Amino acid sequence: MNISQSAEKPIFIQIAEQLEDNIFTGVFPEETQIPSMNEISALLGVNPHTVLKGMNLLTDEKIIYKKRGLGMYVSTGAVEKIRRKRQSRFYEQYIAALIEEATKLKMTKEDIIELLERGYKNEGHRD
Amino acid sequence: MKGIEIKKVTKRYREVTALDNVSISFELGKIYGLLGRNGAGKSTLINIVSNRIFADSGEILIDGIPAKENMAVHDKLFCMSETDLYDKDLKVIEHFKWTKRFYADFELEKALALSEKYKLDTNKRFRALSKGYQSIFKLIIALSLAAPYVIFDEPVLGLDANHRELFYSLLLKEFESGERTFIIATHLIEEVSNIIEEVVLIDKGKVLLKDSVENLLENGYGVSGAKAAVESFCKGKNVIGFEELGGLKIAYIIGKKAALPKDGSLQISAINLQKLFVKMTGEEF
Repeated sequence: MNISQSAEKPIFIQIAEQLEDNIFTGVFPEETQIPSMNEISALLGVNPHTVLKGMNLLTDEKIIYKKRGLGMYVSTGAVEKIRRKRQSRFYEQYIAALIEEATKLKMTKEDIIELLERGYKNEGHRD
Repeated sequence: MKGIEIKKVTKRYREVTALDNVSISFELGKIYGLLGRNGAGKSTLINIVSNRIFADSGEILIDGIPAKENMAVHDKLFCMSETDLYDKDLKVIEHFKWTKRFYADFELEKALALSEKYKLDTNKRFRALSKGYQSIFKLIIALSLAAPYVIFDEPVLGLDANHRELFYSLLLKEFESGERTFIIATHLIEEVSNIIEEVVLIDKGKVLLKDSVENLLENGYGVSGAKAAVESFCKGKNVIGFEELGGLKIAYIIGKKAALPKDGSLQISAINLQKLFVKMTGEEF
């Protein structure tokens, strides 16, 4: 985990996203403990209240939960939850941005579709 | 009320008003950044709070108790100061022992452990320490005191990058319990911007602003683009400064981020605490 000073995103959101990323990629598996607020605070050099705010975002989404007296744990089904959330954001985050940039560059819809097909071929994916 | 309350404090040195009717409070359980340019009044404020000098008028309350020459608050507050008030001929270890006599909450064991961490030779005399190690020595004393209120005046002066990082992480470790308040006066704004929760900005003897870092960063932004486009975007907004590079203009704005024109002619950028500080306290060039 690391924090970008220049990014437009507030630090607590960066922390939430990076924890979420680590849960999604299995660094912190479901029903295991994630690092404590103080551990993250010391690691990143960030005020513990900021870390807590980031963790609260994930608690609200029920991606992590508090085990009393033990610490924060990854919920069962967290990975699937994150996947669904990210799928629903995909349009806004990637497609809308892609169209905006393409329009600025005077690229047509056909150009983009062609690029997409080339991309899928090069990356070895089948659609 | 738990915390430090500064009420209508004024301090004059001959014709200079160092603090002009300053009222401000610091809550228990937060890390504050006390920022201000050279001569803004930071050190005067710190010295008054820590009973080193006295205000001409106004008062300081610590946990509701008047702080002026009051032993009842002595153990509540410690100030690590920039100026050296230590006997230069005394060895580090002797200084530790003397501190223990004055402050019941001073943990000698902790000071020795930290000295080891920082590789501070406790058998050296204060005068034999390098500039950086003099700072480290003072930091170790401040970090080894369990006082609820600790003020750091330019804590990292002369420290190399490794030692600064070590200090910040030790500071956060000390803060873990959350039952303490740290006030850090510094010019290295970007280094502490993630650590501090609230900013108090002093300028020309007055409190210019007091706000959370998060609010400040959320409500400040830069907009850049062609001069005319930027100027029309800025209309009716609180512009705190701008820069020009040929036809390019960058404006720094305080307020909620407004939607940019759809044509992509303008770009929005984050503004960091240091930039905000410089723009708010700077003269026009």
